[in-house]
Amino acid sequence: MAKAKKIAPEFEPRIVVFACNWCSYPAADSAGINRMQYPTNIRIIRTMCMGRVNPAFVLKALEMGADGVLVSGCHFEDCHYSFGARKAAEQYKKLEQIIKMLGFEKERIRQEFISAAEFPKFAKVVREMVEQVKKLGPSPLAKSRRRSEKEVLLEEAAAS
Amino acid sequence: MAFDIKQIQETNAFSCLECGKCTGTCPVARYSKKFSPRQILTHAVHDSHPDMYDSAQLWSCLTCQQCDEICPSNIKYIELIQLLRQFKGIENREATCSHGGILESISRIMTTPDLQQDRLGWLSKDLHVSKDSEYLYFTGCLPYFEALFSDLEVKPLNIARSTLKILNYFDIKPQLLANEKCCGHDFYWNGDMDNFKKLAQANLELIKQSNIKNIVTSCPECYRTLKVDYPNYFGTQPFEVVHISEFIAQKISEKNIELKSPDIKVTFQDPCRLGRHMKVYDAPREVLNHIKGVELKEMSHHHKRAICCGVSGWMNCSQISKNIQSQRLREALATGADTLITSCAKCQIHFKCALQDESLNQDININIKDLTELFAENLN
Repeated sequence: MAKAKKIAPEFEPRIVVFACNWCSYPAADSAGINRMQYPTNIRIIRTMCMGRVNPAFVLKALEMGADGVLVSGCHFEDCHYSFGARKAAEQYKKLEQIIKMLGFEKERIRQEFISAAEFPKFAKVVREMVEQVKKLGPSPLAKSRRRSEKEVLLEEAAAS
Repeated sequence: MAFDIKQIQETNAFSCLECGKCTGTCPVARYSKKFSPRQILTHAVHDSHPDMYDSAQLWSCLTCQQCDEICPSNIKYIELIQLLRQFKGIENREATCSHGGILESISRIMTTPDLQQDRLGWLSKDLHVSKDSEYLYFTGCLPYFEALFSDLEVKPLNIARSTLKILNYFDIKPQLLANEKCCGHDFYWNGDMDNFKKLAQANLELIKQSNIKNIVTSCPECYRTLKVDYPNYFGTQPFEVVHISEFIAQKISEKNIELKSPDIKVTFQDPCRLGRHMKVYDAPREVLNHIKGVELKEMSHHHKRAICCGVSGWMNCSQISKNIQSQRLREALATGADTLITSCAKCQIHFKCALQDESLNQDININIKDLTELFAENLN
């Protein structure tokens, strides 16, 4: 039998998604219930509000090797904490400046306002984001900071 | 890092007389019931292991060096604290990093060699820099502070612009490093030596490549780190480091410079890194006295007794810090001055933050300005 050609695995980015408890997280939920397909590259962290997502969290995610970060929450009018989403938008402006200064591509982070009913939008945003980050390639920090799959397996084996 | 009793011996900690002067003079101990410099020292010496005491207290020290100044046994207290923090380890500490740890994250991200920063966006056309000057202006973290603290109404980049304006006025077109890293001051004082060394090596490499003989800083923390800590860890360096206040003082002593006379009363906040750490007390005062129309009034605590701005290394900001800051601002107002001049961007940020408290604002409201801003404004 001819030897199967070894194909270099395609770069699969890891994207951290901060989703608020009231809008974007239920949207992600509904996307699942409605059997909408979106890539599996995202890891969702649920927060009570988008305003809770301090720019420090996003930087921390990047520092620990995330290739991209998506911050999502309610539209301004729907925010359950009146001004949470507005605060998030203000903070995001600061974050954008810092990301740019540090030398990251601005496409590595994204802010989206997705209500609970807009689950097709959630799936669409995730698809776009994964596409975008795939084009950029791995984050410069990911190479040095992220544990490889093999290391993770070894650690798990050692722990059990 | 492993606990090493020899290093503790080198700080003179064993000659403690337990007189308690350190706790008496400590600005943190004045407002905190728990914090006591003497207690930290006696535990470190008697129990001979830093795990023996409540570590959260260890991170409340401002390393402002008040205690070193007053100690009759010449104990290098802040070095002891720095050592204990190294032993305790940065990972398992019980300290809270203010601002959600964002400033630490920024510095840690800078340790990655692959990232090329984009930090010179603030340069405007009227400011002149060159690529082959022997002078370097070490900007420090000012561009990041500008982005982060915009809601406190501070403009840290004004310090950078003013410094460049002053250097240009004296016919110096300094270099600016496009990929300059954080100097590592905060990591050093928080005991994170790995990251400190990474940043220091990266900076020293950049400086070496650019053939720089003189470094001017506008930040007392960068000044101390570049001048004292880099040579301590990496040997004698081929460059001279001066703080901008020393630089101006030197220039005005050589040649009389005509300035505008603004007619204001000011008082001066000695930054702890510039004053007690580096013993630069006179240079900023000479600069202030040189501007005609500026009347300098000293606060009740000044020179080596000056009180710190309340936080160092972005660590453990709390009600205690706020108390220290409002007390210091009251002192400044009591002099009758209308502007508080400081020489450190962090002092400015911390005092402006204290002014955000609306219930106190009436009591402590004072103009806060950097020395470089005042000097640059009055240049002809």
